[in-house]
Amino acid sequence: MAHVEATTIHAGLRERFGDAIGELVGQGSNANCTITPEALVGACEWLKTEATLRFDCLSNLSAVDYPKQTAIQVVYHFYSYTHFHNFVLKVNAHRDDPRVPTISHLWSHAEWQEREAYDLLGVVFLGHPDMRRILMPEDWPGHPLRKDFVEPEEYHGIATSRESLLKV
Amino acid sequence: MSIMGFEVEVQRQTAGGLVTEDMTLSMGPQHPSTHGVLRFVVRADGEVMREAMPDIGYLHRSIEKISEKVGYHGFLPYTDRVDYVAAMFCNHGWAVACEQLAGIEVPKRGEYCRVIADEMCRIHSHLVSVGTMAMDLGAFTPFLHAVREREKLNDLFEELCGARLTFHYMRIGGVGWDLPPDFGDKLTAFLDFFEPMLEEYDQLISFNKIFTERLAGVAAITREEAIDFNLVGPNLRGSGVAYDVRRNEPYSVYPELEFDLPVGRGEVGMVGDCFDRYIVRMREMRQSCRILRQCIKQIPGGPVIAKGVPRNFKPPAGDTYCRLESARGDMGWYVVSDGTSFPYRCKIRTGSFAGISMIQKLSRNLMIADLVAVIASLDLVAPEIDR
Repeated sequence: MAHVEATTIHAGLRERFGDAIGELVGQGSNANCTITPEALVGACEWLKTEATLRFDCLSNLSAVDYPKQTAIQVVYHFYSYTHFHNFVLKVNAHRDDPRVPTISHLWSHAEWQEREAYDLLGVVFLGHPDMRRILMPEDWPGHPLRKDFVEPEEYHGIATSRESLLKV
Repeated sequence: MSIMGFEVEVQRQTAGGLVTEDMTLSMGPQHPSTHGVLRFVVRADGEVMREAMPDIGYLHRSIEKISEKVGYHGFLPYTDRVDYVAAMFCNHGWAVACEQLAGIEVPKRGEYCRVIADEMCRIHSHLVSVGTMAMDLGAFTPFLHAVREREKLNDLFEELCGARLTFHYMRIGGVGWDLPPDFGDKLTAFLDFFEPMLEEYDQLISFNKIFTERLAGVAAITREEAIDFNLVGPNLRGSGVAYDVRRNEPYSVYPELEFDLPVGRGEVGMVGDCFDRYIVRMREMRQSCRILRQCIKQIPGGPVIAKGVPRNFKPPAGDTYCRLESARGDMGWYVVSDGTSFPYRCKIRTGSFAGISMIQKLSRNLMIADLVAVIASLDLVAPEIDR
């Protein structure tokens, strides 16, 4: 039951995964670092099983589109119900073909969160057991939370916009 | 065979020369027990489910996308619609995320106003939860009682902010309006009326044998499973984990307030069953009453909103993840700012999303009629799942 500081967690990751881990940025509960997709699963396994850390919960998984950096960033928020501390990892994937290994075998909650990231931003999670759309219809074109997404004019004959009712 | 996007394998069994086939049912999207538009594909052998596969997205309104188009202040009324049964918490979450990005401090009285509004909203939401749960299981009277009490709360909310469901009470930096005159007295009068009513509910349903038999031992979730699936709030506490963001990661003025954390103890069945999740909500309402009474006593004078929050709100570039305890548990807001007056990305992590992802696993080998109890006990609210 000991709270571990983000700097200690970061040093531990650096020690095991070396250059795959980026600099620690941010303060307090927002302290985070980047990690390469290749090292992600190993790092997650360590975060989950190491007795002093025991991140037993994936609190949140979000994906953010950065067209200028041609990257899609997947952000993992981990939380430990054993030690009450948290840590944030960020993975950059190339925007044209974003592929990140799944962590749904480590935390069951990741399964649906990864499906959501796939649906809304088109990140493909390799090894995911059920990579389908979750919120949008099966035949929806594109991934709506990408910055360059253009809303289709209509969906199966249903218009997605209408003229202003205030116009006379 | 594929049924509306779901691959379903028809399984045949031969028992004593009789060939039986699994039955596949579509439950919803319009079904009285689903609390919104939500669908399950149920594969059943007679009355026993092999599994129920949730199909969500019917209420997806792309709220996260809207956030990128309307600006920080403009998004506040939209947050009401994330979870319209407990809108105050969504307001609060967005406001806190913006304040963290810009480093704004909320005046003490503003924080107290927020906590008062939050706790009223928690009772408001739990009343719907336990009322509809009883209704789903066939008892109509408790629902009417719950709605009657909720109506009084609605009146109080109307005095507070002019709205009865989608409040838009919080602002970035505080709250929109101070408490109206005599609000403390009116709230105390409500609490004096409401607390004995909770006893009545207990007599009417909580320890009613017919009701407890339907819930005891059904769909028990262990502590490990609950954490693995990231269940939060009353669902997590129902599994015996004494964790509450208000207590463990305190925000606002919760450190100054006294309250207990009710947890599931397996009183009628086993720890983490449907009854535990139900009874935790009933007891939480008592704790909310306790918090409200303290707030009325302790609320200091002063302004309710921070000075100098610009109309063209432009927080510095960066990201933040803030959590708060909504009626459905730990609600997470991940907000990225790029320094312009529009949020770059907003991701809302909700308790119902985690809850429904667990149903496929929970439903194995349950009776079809028990699925209704499971949905109700997890307190799933469809708009919050789909956002």
